[in-house]
Amino acid sequence: MAAPRTLFDKIWDSHVVERLPDGTAILYIDRHLIHEVTSPQAFEGLRAAGRRVRRPEATLAVADHNVPTSDRRSGIAEAESRIQVETLERNVADFGVPYVPLLDPRQGIVHIIGPELGASLPGMTIVCGDSHTSTHGALGALAFGIGTSEVEHVLATQTLLQKPAKNMLVRIDGRPGPGVTAKDMILAVIGRIGTAGGTGHVIEYAGAAVRALDMAGRMTMCNMSIEAGARAGLVAPDETTFAWIEGRPFAPKGEDFARARSYWQTLPSDPGAAYDREVVLDAAALAPMVSWGTSPEAVVPITGSVPDPALEPDPARRAQMERMLAYMALTPGQKLAGTPVDVVFIGSCTNGRIEDLRAAAAVLDGRRIAPGVRGLVVPGSGLVKRAAEAEGLDEIFRAAGFEWREAGCSMCLGMNEDKLRPGQRCAATSNRNFEGRQGPGGRTHLLSPAMAAAAAVAGRLADVRELA
Amino acid sequence: MQPFTTLSAIAAPLPMANVDTDKIIPARFLKTIARTGLGKHLFAALRYDEAGAERGDFVLNREPWRHAGILIAHENFGCGSSREHAPWALLDFGIRCVIAPDFADIFFNNCFKNGILPIALPRAVCDALMEDARLGANARLTVDLARQVVVRPNGEEIGFAVDPFRKHLLLNGLDDIGQTLEHQAAIDAFEAARSGAVTVPPLPQP
Repeated sequence: MAAPRTLFDKIWDSHVVERLPDGTAILYIDRHLIHEVTSPQAFEGLRAAGRRVRRPEATLAVADHNVPTSDRRSGIAEAESRIQVETLERNVADFGVPYVPLLDPRQGIVHIIGPELGASLPGMTIVCGDSHTSTHGALGALAFGIGTSEVEHVLATQTLLQKPAKNMLVRIDGRPGPGVTAKDMILAVIGRIGTAGGTGHVIEYAGAAVRALDMAGRMTMCNMSIEAGARAGLVAPDETTFAWIEGRPFAPKGEDFARARSYWQTLPSDPGAAYDREVVLDAAALAPMVSWGTSPEAVVPITGSVPDPALEPDPARRAQMERMLAYMALTPGQKLAGTPVDVVFIGSCTNGRIEDLRAAAAVLDGRRIAPGVRGLVVPGSGLVKRAAEAEGLDEIFRAAGFEWREAGCSMCLGMNEDKLRPGQRCAATSNRNFEGRQGPGGRTHLLSPAMAAAAAVAGRLADVRELA
Repeated sequence: MQPFTTLSAIAAPLPMANVDTDKIIPARFLKTIARTGLGKHLFAALRYDEAGAERGDFVLNREPWRHAGILIAHENFGCGSSREHAPWALLDFGIRCVIAPDFADIFFNNCFKNGILPIALPRAVCDALMEDARLGANARLTVDLARQVVVRPNGEEIGFAVDPFRKHLLLNGLDDIGQTLEHQAAIDAFEAARSGAVTVPPLPQP
């Protein structure tokens, strides 16, 4: 009998075109998602070499990183951003690549729309020139971010040269208490294993708490695998997955769906499959999490305090903590709860799905944002925006004093005009709190949508469980 | 791609861990559609003040390190975003080798595609090389890829590991797309075998 294999092993094995003598594999890529920021140089390379796109029908393009989230009907005012989107439009036209235009209601963040349209499916290999491609692993697909040279490689060959990753299992047992979400679980995982803890690995998330998550929650978890150093995260596909996929526009239909589903059911890791590393957490022991530093591993429960560098024995780590505290303008021992915020950002490929907006709106319903605080809601896609409007969530956000914007990456990475000003402090549902990430000098606290809404109401970081 | 054979250069010490690619080049400089000209934005927030003037205390603004060809840093170098603009900015500045205890996976890959050699060495060795680097112009490091050694100013040689396939591509300046296309028949056969699979439906023009 064959040795038991993990979900990763199975997807990997079924996509190896050829194994080169040194162990490098030519890995076949089923889906290639492209956007305006990391693709122009790849198409330029194709043109220079006289190469074509090998499989346009396996490729899907959308502009998301660098697009305005204000009214876009009159075009993009900023010249460089406009040129980048126009370049994408010319490239997809020249090479015959399917494209979701900026004014199409289905436009949105590439990692939101891939699953939403049914373009991302279990068992696939999916790549994109963006590190948060790990998101799609929530469907049980092997999905990871690549650089622009690799984007060009996939466009030209529909393959990548890869060495197999190691397997890591993150098992989250038990049941999370009220106010504890997928975002809190993944922040706790990153806090535990560190930002390099998953380097060289693919993380498979398992356990009762993961199994109980809806697809949005699973995507939030897989999305931030890269913040733990892992290029890909995975959740085994199950009934929750299949029910979520069925009926999506690009997913198989009817008989085809039934056949696909029986294949997908073979994907979960075999009993007894070996992992190179295993980490176990208890969901019941978690509280809502918030980051205090400029690395996603610098997190504490909202009930906790800013750690004291003086207690850190390693001098390099101590210096790093001191630098983070100086940048964040926090003092050792200070309680995180009660820290005043200037901006609240709800959106991103981490937390820009309809479920995330519902969670935030539930907290904001009948409440007002604190005076002086700017609140932005940036839906992950046009379809998310429409769904939210159909449910009246936009009215709740507007009545609370939030801006209700068009879909895009927005203030997650501060590439378009949605930026923090120097010194501003932001409660953000996004994924990175690096120095200057949301704008030069901006200070980011990562947290869940419900916690972001609580911060908006209180005007300071607050425990959503204590909001009366 | 320019081949990488031996590099004898000034090394700049950057004693920081978790240097993320947003720090190497912030997102606001990714609006270009070119690969070149990004060197001026390398480490923008560390290199320039709010008014855009050089910060005199940052290593790459000081002689002789503003001519550095090697960068030495601490753990988890290149974490975060997959932006290849990070190695493009390093290359455009003149850095062709980064030495650190370990690297984030995507950045590590991206380096090789651009003729930059990332070398992982134990922290204690990195710290010793960093001491060499602090000596400046009189202490050039030499990286010999064929022999897989870093030569310290005192002549001591430190061996390093590198993937043989990547070494071959770097030494010869080979484009890996060209290499893969030599296996086109295998890719054709793989595709033919799974054409019509319901699990990978082709995407229509939306």
